[in-house]
Amino acid sequence: MSVMAETATVQAELLEVSGVSKSFGGIAAVSDMTFTVSRGESVGLVGPNGAGKTTLFNCICGQLKPEQGTIVLQGESIVELPVYKRARRGLGRTYQRVEVFPDMNVREHLLVAERARRGDGHLWQDLCNKSKARPEEVERVAAVLDLVGIADRADTPVSALGLGSCRLVELARALVSDPVLLLADEPSSGLDMQETQELAHVLRTLQQERGMAVLLVEHDLAMVGAVVDRTLVMDLGSMVAVGTFDEVMADPSVRNAYLGITE
Amino acid sequence: MSQFIGFAIPGVPYGCTFAIVAVGLVLTYQATGVFNFAFGAQAYMSAYAFTRLVQGAGLPVWLAFILSVVVLAPAFGLVLDRLLFRKIPNTNTTAKLVIGISLFVGIPVLMQVLFGSQDVYNAPSILFNPNIIYFHVFTAPFSGTDLSSVVCTVAVLLGLVILMRFTNLGLQMRGAVESRRLVQLDGVNSGTVVATAWAISSFMAGLAGVILAPLNNQLSFLPYATLMVAAFAAAAWASLRSLPIAAIVGVLMGMLTLLLEGYLPSSSSFSAAVLYSVPFIVLIAALLIVPGMRSLDDTKDPMASVDPPVPPSIQSLRAPQLDRIIRRLWYLLLGAFVVSMLTWIPPTWTFVFNEGLAFSVIFLSITLITGMGGQLSLAQATLAGVGAFTAAQLANHLGLNMLLGGIVGAVMAAAVATILALASLRLKGLGLALMTIAAALFFDNSVFDQSSISNGVSLTIQQKWVGFGLFNPNGHNVFILEIIVLSVCVIAVLLIRKGTIGQYLSAMRGSETAAAGLGINLTWQRVMIFAISGAMAGIGGTLLVVQQQTINNEAFSYELGLAFVVIVVTTGVSTVEGAIQGGMGFVIIQQLLSYLPARLGGNSLVLVFFAFGALQYANHPEGILDYQKRVWTLRFERLLFKPKGPDVSVSAGPISGAGGTNGPSPVGGVIVEALGAEPGGPT
Repeated sequence: MSVMAETATVQAELLEVSGVSKSFGGIAAVSDMTFTVSRGESVGLVGPNGAGKTTLFNCICGQLKPEQGTIVLQGESIVELPVYKRARRGLGRTYQRVEVFPDMNVREHLLVAERARRGDGHLWQDLCNKSKARPEEVERVAAVLDLVGIADRADTPVSALGLGSCRLVELARALVSDPVLLLADEPSSGLDMQETQELAHVLRTLQQERGMAVLLVEHDLAMVGAVVDRTLVMDLGSMVAVGTFDEVMADPSVRNAYLGITE
Repeated sequence: MSQFIGFAIPGVPYGCTFAIVAVGLVLTYQATGVFNFAFGAQAYMSAYAFTRLVQGAGLPVWLAFILSVVVLAPAFGLVLDRLLFRKIPNTNTTAKLVIGISLFVGIPVLMQVLFGSQDVYNAPSILFNPNIIYFHVFTAPFSGTDLSSVVCTVAVLLGLVILMRFTNLGLQMRGAVESRRLVQLDGVNSGTVVATAWAISSFMAGLAGVILAPLNNQLSFLPYATLMVAAFAAAAWASLRSLPIAAIVGVLMGMLTLLLEGYLPSSSSFSAAVLYSVPFIVLIAALLIVPGMRSLDDTKDPMASVDPPVPPSIQSLRAPQLDRIIRRLWYLLLGAFVVSMLTWIPPTWTFVFNEGLAFSVIFLSITLITGMGGQLSLAQATLAGVGAFTAAQLANHLGLNMLLGGIVGAVMAAAVATILALASLRLKGLGLALMTIAAALFFDNSVFDQSSISNGVSLTIQQKWVGFGLFNPNGHNVFILEIIVLSVCVIAVLLIRKGTIGQYLSAMRGSETAAAGLGINLTWQRVMIFAISGAMAGIGGTLLVVQQQTINNEAFSYELGLAFVVIVVTTGVSTVEGAIQGGMGFVIIQQLLSYLPARLGGNSLVLVFFAFGALQYANHPEGILDYQKRVWTLRFERLLFKPKGPDVSVSAGPISGAGGTNGPSPVGGVIVEALGAEPGGPT
């Protein structure tokens, strides 16, 4: 491979996770995980409960510090960066356990996310009453609310919403900051079948139209099949299979991990 | 070596007094999930009852012990559980702390009111004769009091370790601490388990109380409060988890204290400062070093979503028409107040109102740090003191006008608050509360007491230090200055709350994980809000001193810091008007109570008043005043706007108390959504 072709390959990789390990009290939650996510690619991360998927997400986002390994986002090592700096470099995230701000309504969630991503917010601006939402911010928030399908609940306090709606708020909040990579942790949990299909459609649209990469942890395998280009399977902290969705589902090691069946 | 042993050995029984309280604190935390600030007050209550029953009623020691420790103490624990702590969601650390602090502040004053302020001396010893030296260890004599202390500590420690580790009840208690509802699903009567835990831990408090009583000639609350600090430190080193470690650290602290006392020169003020500093230096070290103290509040009740959310403030929800009316009434009231203060109000009351305005500025700092920042700081009185002492000493030494000195004082208070915030970056909830109270105690005992700071006892403000006709505590100029400063502070708080920083803080209160994941720099926001609130407290402190014309070493004590939190929580910690109502209410009620006969407690009753108000935090985490405002707002809305649709009855619960469904108020919409929301709301 020529040097130019090699450089182009390297630049195409948005996220490079290499040899990442994390253990808790001697128990390896994630062990030597290595994979990449390309720009605009949608990658599924599946595996049984306790496989280490959320721990791996936490290592990528900075909530946990891995004991070993490197994590590179857009060519820059982010392993030493705090959580907020990783977010500002384009990592968006939704959480396995819903993390919303109970004192805010839906629109405020998105406005906060929009400003936090830019590192906006200075004391003098607040004291001079110059912190009102700008028209472009309002417009952008409205577009994302429309996209996710919760525009009708924009002014509803989030404490009055159910679990499914809160998941959509989380997704919209992550999307409003226009991430280069969205880490979605079980986003369909709590959604009904129709909402799940709509969510899958939104993720696919974002990937295809905006070029946003998605790393999706999900137990609803039908949704994974509908959204992802490539699937990674984890079990007991390690990677057991990589390939297209159909390929990995046919892999005996995956069947073993999920069902305990050895062929 | 023999000198070392001679100093260290007497420290063992002394340290056992720390150990027994520390073990009690750890047990209460392990069995109920509450860090019981009221432990010392409960201990004092039992000790008082025990001593009075022996000395006043002439009961034998064993019978008095049974009544005060075996009956009264657990019964009080059961009352606390039934009326207060049972109602607090497992995950609401702030509510648990505030209620413990309220009891700490309220019980001693209430006892003084109920039983009079007569002194009680020579409390009896429960096990051994305090006047007999039973044996010597090396050269150190062991009296009956020492022996009681050691024997009881060892016996209690063994009993509790067996209870918690090897019995079914201990296992159930540990389960109930995590989630009362979850253990209920396993067929355990968690109500009975938690009540039993409260009875046992209160028995422990009672036992600690009667063991400690004979150690001082006079029975008073002060030694119990002081012991609590040492016990906090020992419990912190045990991460509030290990009973044996808490006991060992308690004993070591006792030995260290007596060793320092033995080796340091006895007449030096430095020695005194070092000795006083031991407990809170040990506490600060534990908070900085022990990893377990950083994850105290990480345990989440899996059933937490069953608890209703804290309702938003009524101002944000009431009907626009009513909001306009109330707003105009407030402006009218403010105008009438200003005109009245400048015209007809008598000097006694202008003094009171001026004082109230200064307190309001200090209380606004609590609105900022706790209401908006979500951080429970118990050091706001200390920060006010830093501002006030700085301004006073700059005037004293450099002749700087106190108004200019107040600005320097605010900067100093902000700097201290920043250091405090940086030192407690990894702490939250209980850990942060302990760090701030440790800082407050450090300033109380080692800074404000210094002659270079407070002239040893007090510093009188001189007329030439203030100028501008401000040297008159009930004068118009002081009032105008204070109302301007308060207005500026109110506007600043409102702008911050409405602005981006306010939104960031709101996000951090909701979920620090998600806030950081959005790109919010939690460290910066936290340090900034600490600094702003410190500066505001410093300004308030200077105003108070200018108005009162004197400042003494106890004017900004840690007890006052605790009382401040209790007051603001009562009136509503999340609103600006809560702070102002707290400040004005504090001084007005105090003044009104001063008209009562002294035997009824006089103005010290004000703390009981607010302490009982804060106890309502269990039922109404938005503050009792805010809750009442909600109820009355709804009544007015119904009366004025006559909703046409069917009404939903208003109960005492926080959500259902928020409003009817078909009135013009947006509250109704919220309730409809809440009632019709999908099952399993946000966690």
